[in-house]
Amino acid sequence: MTCLPAHTDKRLGLVIDLDTCVGCQACVTACKEWNTGGHMAPLTDIDPYGGNVDGVWFNRVHSYEHTTEMGGRTVNFPRSCLHCETPACVTVCPTGASYKRASDGIVLIDEDKCIGCKLCSWACPYGAREFDTDVGVMKKCTLCVDRIYNDNLAEEDRVPACVAACPTSARHFGDLGDPSSAVSQLVAERGGVDLMPEMGYHPTNKYLPPRAHTQRAASVAAPALEPVRAEGGFLGWVDRMLSN
Amino acid sequence: MHPAFSVVFFTTATGAGYGLLALLGVLGGLGFIPPDFWLGLIGMGLALGLIAAGLLSSTGHLGRPERAWRAFSQWRSSWLSREGVASVLTFIPAGLFGISWVFFARTGSWVAIAGLLAAIGAVVTVCTTGMIYASLKPIAQWHSRYTLPGYLIFSAMTGSTLLNALLQGFGVGMRTVLVASLLVTLLGWGWKLATWRYNDRQEIPTNANTATGLAGGTVRSLEWPHTEENYLLKEMGFRIARKHGAKLRLITQVSAFALPVLLLAAAFVLPKPFAAVVCVLAATVQFAGMLVERWLFFAEAKHTVTLYYGR
Repeated sequence: MTCLPAHTDKRLGLVIDLDTCVGCQACVTACKEWNTGGHMAPLTDIDPYGGNVDGVWFNRVHSYEHTTEMGGRTVNFPRSCLHCETPACVTVCPTGASYKRASDGIVLIDEDKCIGCKLCSWACPYGAREFDTDVGVMKKCTLCVDRIYNDNLAEEDRVPACVAACPTSARHFGDLGDPSSAVSQLVAERGGVDLMPEMGYHPTNKYLPPRAHTQRAASVAAPALEPVRAEGGFLGWVDRMLSN
Repeated sequence: MHPAFSVVFFTTATGAGYGLLALLGVLGGLGFIPPDFWLGLIGMGLALGLIAAGLLSSTGHLGRPERAWRAFSQWRSSWLSREGVASVLTFIPAGLFGISWVFFARTGSWVAIAGLLAAIGAVVTVCTTGMIYASLKPIAQWHSRYTLPGYLIFSAMTGSTLLNALLQGFGVGMRTVLVASLLVTLLGWGWKLATWRYNDRQEIPTNANTATGLAGGTVRSLEWPHTEENYLLKEMGFRIARKHGAKLRLITQVSAFALPVLLLAAAFVLPKPFAAVVCVLAATVQFAGMLVERWLFFAEAKHTVTLYYGR
């Protein structure tokens, strides 16, 4: 049923730090690499070496220029499914293919039930769902359900592929429903925010805004050189003779 | 939003079909339209034909049409599923009414009840279609109080213009139907103008700041995550040039409303065969105009995902 669970035991999700993300796209490629063989496989690419490249990706990193009265800066912005608490993408689904798990709050698609009507992608304000034109069904981030519960992986690897790949630790994974979890504390400490809160979808994933500008910026220029003092005596005479 | 022809045709055709079905069900079942085999056959054939063609066209939008039957299951949460259920259920009273009214020339008693139920089913189905769009929060132009009444008004408008053309064509024109179709067309015109006015002045709280969580100042897209258009941009990033939009709005106004009003008005004064011709012309021009209106309904709708791409 595409009705939402009244309560989920856990609220698994990601916390993304916009302060430390360097926009290296490692999470994007790690996600593609894992998931093209994972739960929602394949992540079809259309014309990958041609002029009209297209394909399914669960994670996309944008770059923005954020300008305030404090100055401007580049912000790299990873965008993926936020595993909302009240996801309209699930309730609009006419077939029951889309669902939100009561156990951990992950939003998934049953590919065998999807008719490819695309209405869920219209209902998602964040553009988290991408249609696979080759298979004819909708696809989306699974929060790596096939990694986080995978007993065949070492315990430290039981995190989403994007989190494991991030070289700057800008991505964190955990239970956002538990106020004592590391991710919840990080959100509280850094003032994590919801994207488009006015939509009322109550996203689980949180974004940590870039830290405030500080006055202790590294000085860019070296101190100016002392002017060269005119030499006198023998060396001065040699200098003058050679300068002629 | 990308104006896929399958969906543009689907909503326009079923709107007209259900409008005609509702009017035939009520007026035919109660005997206001006297039973006539050919009139009934063509009228009900047109109504059910438009509905069936529209529903078939909508499956052309699906990635896996062979699984379309699954769409009847989630009526508890999904307006699309409710639309599927309502459209199929409506065929039952519509079929009963059609058979007894057309083939056995019956009116009143249970035929009237079947006609009435078909009309109720038609109205409910049009409501569910409207709600599919009205319930989508990320598209501000659809998520407004103008969308649902719009679908109902345009369904009544195209349905009554079709019924009028049919009655006039069979030489049994009813002045009330002619007047009604003229008035509903004027109402539709007014409603469309009010909708455009509302959409053009709407202040949308969602912007690049709330989309990225970056408070204050300006957020400018520096670089996309991909070099070519992806599914999101192809499906939801459709943009229409402002000058084309203005022209298409004019074409909509002329063909869906102004011209039909003039043609219907002319039917009051013209002698019988010419009155029938202009009434048929009015219905045809209006249907074509409504296809343009529905195309614009999609093309002018802006999805919030475009904010991430600086559009």
